[in-house]
Formats: sequence, C-alpha cells, structure tokens
Amino acid sequence: MNASHREKIRINNLHAFYGESHILHGIDLTLMQGELVTLLGRNGSGRSTTLKAIMNMVGKRSGQIVVNGSDTMPMQAHRIAHLGVGFCPEERGIFSSLSVEENLMLPPTVRSDGMSVEEIYQMFPNLLERRNSQGTRLSGGEQQMLALARILRSGANILLLDEITEGLAPVIVQKLAEVLVQLKQRGLTILLVEQNFRFAAPIADRHYVMEHGHIVEEIAASELQQKTELLNSYLGV
Amino acid sequence: MSGLLDINFFALSGQLLVGLINGSFYALLSLGLAIIFGLLRIINFAQGALYMVGAFAALLGLKYLSLSYWQALIFVPIMVGIFGMLIQVFLIRPIANQDHLYSLLLTFGLALMLQGIFTHLFGSSGLSYPTPEALKGGTRLPFMYLPNYRAWIIAVSVVVCGLTWWAIEKTKLGAYLRAGTENPQLLQAFGVNVPLIITLTFGFGVALAGLAGVLAAPVYSVSPDMGSNILIVVFAIVVIGGMGSIGGAIITGLAMGVIEGLTKYFYPQASSTVIFVVMVIVLMIKPSGLFGKEA
Repeated sequence: MNASHREKIRINNLHAFYGESHILHGIDLTLMQGELVTLLGRNGSGRSTTLKAIMNMVGKRSGQIVVNGSDTMPMQAHRIAHLGVGFCPEERGIFSSLSVEENLMLPPTVRSDGMSVEEIYQMFPNLLERRNSQGTRLSGGEQQMLALARILRSGANILLLDEITEGLAPVIVQKLAEVLVQLKQRGLTILLVEQNFRFAAPIADRHYVMEHGHIVEEIAASELQQKTELLNSYLGV
Repeated sequence: MSGLLDINFFALSGQLLVGLINGSFYALLSLGLAIIFGLLRIINFAQGALYMVGAFAALLGLKYLSLSYWQALIFVPIMVGIFGMLIQVFLIRPIANQDHLYSLLLTFGLALMLQGIFTHLFGSSGLSYPTPEALKGGTRLPFMYLPNYRAWIIAVSVVVCGLTWWAIEKTKLGAYLRAGTENPQLLQAFGVNVPLIITLTFGFGVALAGLAGVLAAPVYSVSPDMGSNILIVVFAIVVIGGMGSIGGAIITGLAMGVIEGLTKYFYPQASSTVIFVVMVIVLMIKPSGLFGKEA
C-alpha cells in the first residue's frame, strides 16, 4: 500500500500516434515520489511525445498511464493537471497577450500547498521586477523561469519539464540546476526531458534512454560511471 | 475656403449621428465576431441572422408575451446566447477538428435557414417595433436635435463594448480567453476546461448580436434580411480592424459608422461603398488590419 502511494507516475505499454505516424512503441516507466528522472535520447526519439502523452496532448494513445493512483487514459485533458501534474513545454509556452504576472497566475490552483507568489518572487527575483511586462518580452532565461514558476504556483508536485536548458546561457542553466535541487528537496517529483547531459547527470536519480519510440536502457545514477560508453553510443556524443 | 463655410452644421451633425448609430451596431456585431474568431478560429456567418432573431424575439415577445422593451433587453440576449451555445455544442463542436471552412459553411447555411424560416413566417416587408415610452422625444442641442432613443443606443453600445473590453483585458476569465486564443492546448494542460470556455465564448459573442437586434428593433425595420444586409459591412469592419482584435473591432466599428455618415453628407453616392474602399486600402497597406498582429 505504502509503495503504491509513493508511486507518482506509472506507464505501462504506452503507444502514441500523431495522425497516422506511430511515435511511441510500448513505453514502460515509473516515477517514485521525490525522484528526479530524465528521459535522454536523440531528437525525435519520442521523449517530448512521452510527456505530451501523459498530458493527453497527442492524437491517439493506448496502454496505461496512472498518475497519483488514478488511471488517466479516460480523462479529458484538463482533468489531468488537477492530479497535481505541471507541464512545461519545450517552446516554454509563455502567452504574449498576457503580462508576466498574468502568465504566473494563469494555471488554476491544483493543490493547496503550492508555492506562494512571495516564495516564487524570492526564487526568481527577475520576475518580480518585470511582472508588468508583456510575457514574451522577457529574455529566454526569464521566460524559462516564468514557465517553471507558474506550474510551481499552481501547486503541482509532479513536474514534466521539456528541455528547460535549451538555448540558455551557462549561468542560467546553473541557476535552473539549483532550482531543481531545491524542488527535489521539497519532495517534488520531476520527469525531465534533457539534451544537456552534463546538466542532468549530477542532479538526477535515474535516467531512461529512448530511441525510436522505445525505452532502450534504464540507468541509475550509481551506474553512470560504468555505463558512460554505452550512453554515449546512444546519444551519439 | 468658401466651400468649408457652406457646410450646413445641422445636416452634417444629423448625418454624424446616423453614422454613430450605425457604428454602434457595427461595433456590437464586430465585437461578437472578433471574440468568436479569436478563440474558435471560425468566422460566424450566422452572426447577422442571430441579430435578426434578436430583433424578432423582441417583437414577438412584445406581441405574444407582453414582454416589455426593458425585459427584452435582458432576456433576448440570454435566449440568443443559449441558442448559440446549443449550436456550438451540437453542430460546431463535432466538426471542430475539420478544416475551419466546414464551420464557416455550416454557419452560413444556418444563416440562410434562419432567414428563410423568418421570411416564410413573417414575409420580407418588415415590421415595426414601438419606441419605448421612456425614451420617446428628444433633446434640442445648439447644433442639432438629438432623439433620446438614438442617444440611448450609442450609450448602451459604448458601455457594453467597454465592459466587454475590460472583462477580456483585466479579469481572470479574460486571461483564460486570451491564453486560449493563443494556445488552447497548453491552457487545457494547465487544467482549464477549454471546451467549456469555448462554448461560453460563443454564447457571449452571439448574445451581443441578440442585444444589437433588440436595440435595433425600434429604429430599423424588423425584417428577415436585416441581418444579411449589415453582416457584409461588419465583415469588412472586422477585416479593417484586424481579425480577432477586440479593441480594434470596437473602435473600427464606431469609426466606420462615422466615416459612412460623413460620406453621406459630403458625397452621398459613395456612402454605401466607402467602408469597402477603406478595407481595400487597409488590406494593401497593412494586411493584418489596423489593430491586428502581424502573422
């Protein structure tokens, strides 16, 4: 009972399609509470689609996705966030017709113990300074922080983060790593799609490696040393 | 210079007033179209027909239910709004994933059906609706005579458009609407019931048409083709203002009414085409419209 309670996401034999194209071919993965797990792989290996499939944002799906103990396959897309899931899309999804503060306040509260606006502004002081600017006038790094901040304010405790370091300066990547470590300490569960392995390696508990819509390898943080070569061959670095 | 001094201010202000009244209806109708287009990405061709239904509902309500003008002003937009939500849920939603051309043709067909039904029932000659007692008469201003009901139309239109703009730009629900206009899928992933917001938005957009219909009943002849006549002009206005721009629809609606009125004074022969001339010029210079965002 206790074990299943700590299980935040369980995916069994997930297939997903965009129109006629079959993108995911039977994914199995689990996330325990407080874990930070990455999905590694080349572009087009199905990592982003896995996150979108969890949010019911792809065309057709089959298999099983259990979030916080609830089977989400029959659920409408807008119900899934209310299980405590926060999604940060690859393109960040900052709304240009909303101010920074409106962007921050936009997602409905899905759990009562989310971060307060004060805590958010403490974590990301830039957002406070620019709260009346148009959302898309922020720098790339600030937009990324806003995209992260707005799901934290909603109280989501399972975060699906897609390529959050893409195209950002090293100093901002460093800041994001610090934020993720803080969130992990707070007990949040994080599924991270990441290209930047050097960003992900020191903070993640486990890694799933994806290729052509399959999970081909699962690597625990402790096995990273001995499997480096294998990993490099998958990632093509 | 002598030409300017020849201006008959009494006639000019009279035409300006007519222009402002037409502009009030243009603003209400194009605002509804713009809201619907923004979120649903469909051009609602039935907007004019629902304006006509609003006018007839006020007329029939008065005749058969003794519904007063003031009651009609409240109940008819609600009724038209509910009718619109039923159209959205049962007809538009099932084809929402198809090419938007299908929904456009659907609303066009609906408009023709409504117009046909009302022509069959009431003929096409047009009926009249009495001006409400409290708004009869007028006020003599130094330069013109202002009928009270006409002043009332302008006031209602400006207040309703202003409140709608405020609700969209300054409230949480408005933020949902703006976000849904940009990226409905992501808004839904955040836990917002986007299908419900779409239905309510469509209902509100057509309720504005219903309200315009009630306002119009005492000044225009209530006839089945009143909607199709005004709709073409309203489409031109939406194009001039910029597709989906809320403020653009309101300001352009009023401004085009005034331009039409001015043309009626200075060169009446062009008054029915001036809006289309403006549309062509705007399309050539700024294809996204005066207030539209560049694609």
